[in-house]
Amino acid sequence: MRHIISILLENESGALSRVAGLFSARGYNIQSLTVAPTEDPSLSRMTLVTFGSDDIVEQITKQLNKLVDVVKVIDLSEAPHVERELLMIKVRATGKDREEMKRLADIFRGHIIDVTDSAYVIELTGTSNKLDSFIAAIDPALILETVRSGVSGIGRGDRMLKV
Amino acid sequence: MSSNSTVISGAEILVKCLQAENVDTIFGYPGGSVLHIYDELFKQDKIHHVLVRHEQAAVHAADAYSRSSQRVGVALVTSGPGLTNAVTGIATAYYDSIPMVVISGQVPTFYIGQDAFQECDAVGITRPCVKHNFLVKDVKDLAQTVKKAFHIARSGRPGPVLIDIPKDVTAHKTEFNYPETINIRSYNPVHKGHQGQIKKAAHLLLEAKRPMIYSGGGVILSDAADQLTKLARRLGFPITNTLMGLGAYPATDKQFMGMPGMHGTYEANMAMQHCDVLLAVGARFDDRVIGNPEDFAKHPRKIIHIDIDPSSISKRVKVDVPIVGNVPDVLEDLIKQLEAIGGKPDAAVSQWWETIAGWRARESLKYRTSPEKIMPQAVVEKLWEVTKGDAFVTSDVGQHQMFAAQYYKFDKPRRWINSGGLGTMGVGLPYAMGVRYANPGATVACVTGEASIQMCIQELSTCKQYSVPVKIINLNNGYLGMVRQWQEMFYENRYSHSYMSSLPDFMKLAEAYGHVGMRIERPEDVGPALELAFSDKHKNDLVFMDFIIDPTANVFPMVSAGKGLTDMVLADDHL
Repeated sequence: MRHIISILLENESGALSRVAGLFSARGYNIQSLTVAPTEDPSLSRMTLVTFGSDDIVEQITKQLNKLVDVVKVIDLSEAPHVERELLMIKVRATGKDREEMKRLADIFRGHIIDVTDSAYVIELTGTSNKLDSFIAAIDPALILETVRSGVSGIGRGDRMLKV
Repeated sequence: MSSNSTVISGAEILVKCLQAENVDTIFGYPGGSVLHIYDELFKQDKIHHVLVRHEQAAVHAADAYSRSSQRVGVALVTSGPGLTNAVTGIATAYYDSIPMVVISGQVPTFYIGQDAFQECDAVGITRPCVKHNFLVKDVKDLAQTVKKAFHIARSGRPGPVLIDIPKDVTAHKTEFNYPETINIRSYNPVHKGHQGQIKKAAHLLLEAKRPMIYSGGGVILSDAADQLTKLARRLGFPITNTLMGLGAYPATDKQFMGMPGMHGTYEANMAMQHCDVLLAVGARFDDRVIGNPEDFAKHPRKIIHIDIDPSSISKRVKVDVPIVGNVPDVLEDLIKQLEAIGGKPDAAVSQWWETIAGWRARESLKYRTSPEKIMPQAVVEKLWEVTKGDAFVTSDVGQHQMFAAQYYKFDKPRRWINSGGLGTMGVGLPYAMGVRYANPGATVACVTGEASIQMCIQELSTCKQYSVPVKIINLNNGYLGMVRQWQEMFYENRYSHSYMSSLPDFMKLAEAYGHVGMRIERPEDVGPALELAFSDKHKNDLVFMDFIIDPTANVFPMVSAGKGLTDMVLADDHL
């Protein structure tokens, strides 16, 4: 099953590789991983998407908690939460495709953030599924390049991950 | 300004930090990046530095210093190859959760990343085999980092911590203040166990009809042998200690069942499998102890698991009553709960003891004897007799390690020093050195084999320089014995590269290093040789005893890797 693990960790050099190293050493999967400092610059927040049975995910959270640089860990996906991912996709936009790509971006509530004679860069935010659907809706021959941020997530309402 | 505010160099700060931590001995090897530190060591006399012959041995010695005492061992190595040589030692300590601080030199900060001479990414290389590590980039962080390192190493589930210090940081100067306390917001190990769970455990133990106590290295590491013994005696339950847990409960006591696992006794393994309530304390159900986890889980039993590390719980075996906490604290609370509840264990336990008596009658540690050849088991039994069961015994890895674990009856904790998790050949001699430094004057025996001993034999030189009078019991069968045993059992006697020809004459080798050497070839000479080696005559000598043993001796009982715990091959079958 897919799990979204949120990790608050010390914003120190090496902290990221401790987490990544743990996953490779113990044979856990990482589907996506995103990390950036929080409003408190001494802390980073990482969102990690992994697949595994409940037993494995339990081990993952326990092992993460053992890392000295890790302040807190929660399995975001075990309670109400919102998740978003950012996609930037560069598509060929010439001839009739130019208008078609604009329309498709509008339907998905994406934005065209760069325009040249021959291409658009479309920015789209949403769940990973929505991004997948958008990519699937575009003729593969028109896709020049894609980049995805990986999932970021946050608990709903009173559910917080804070020191 | 007070005298506190005088500025001193990083090297001096480091040495003062170590003194503040009451470090009396460090094991190390100098090199370019640590020269400032060595210069400061030269200028003081509170910390005794032991110059080893290979960095691996420095770390093993520091590791054994920890294992055999309640203190944190310290090793000091230089950058690059100094550090890479230390890695085996660090990993060995990590796998057995040994508190240790390793200090490595690093190239100056302004050279890092430029492929400088003797540069290596120390924190990167050691990351998977330390509890935590630090690269100190600013001398202002040094004292705080050392404080953190010792705190992390010894608290919670202990483990080695590496501090990598660039050479310029040891030269830079700042004010020295060693913090008295330290608070790491991301690191707060638990102490007390959950009272509700402990109460549940107490009831479960009193209701048990076929109880079993299984304790591991965690009891030794947390110094909980007294509490464990008190609990076991109060309950009157059978108890087994794992390879890492030997000595936590007196092996000569009637409740003791021997060691469990791959080379455990018949009765210990049968009881582990057939009990209805299993109390696991500071143990982790590893593959060498329970064999195949699916087979183990087939037998229904309630499991209570006490451990300081939540990730050890329900990792390989599902448990019913998990209790996360510091083992001695939890055991104290458990004893209190039992007292509060009152009452006695179930009367059915006496029938369980009868069943166990039947298993014990198999005498699974009985071994073949010979008038011609020295049996390794007999050497260990004799060693136990001669040292009155009171020696510190270190071992290397292989058949001799199992013989020592099976036949030397450890009655006290921290007396049995071996590499259980990583299984590192070569630890025996440096371990003996470390033990002796932590326990001056103690009787130290190193039970080893002719293959293992050669992996760190250079330390005979260190032992001469510092007069470390350990006794080496070399069980010499000319083979990598455990490898040969597996090849015999699973590879149709194809002894692929498990035979060593051209062995040195160990007696002469010991003499060449300035020690006493003996060769013992006949069974009747075993006793007298050991008596002599451990006599006052050789009180101050390292004695290397080369026992030429029966090369066909194997370790039994044996559970093949991946098999169920009760699927044992017994010595009977081979006698």
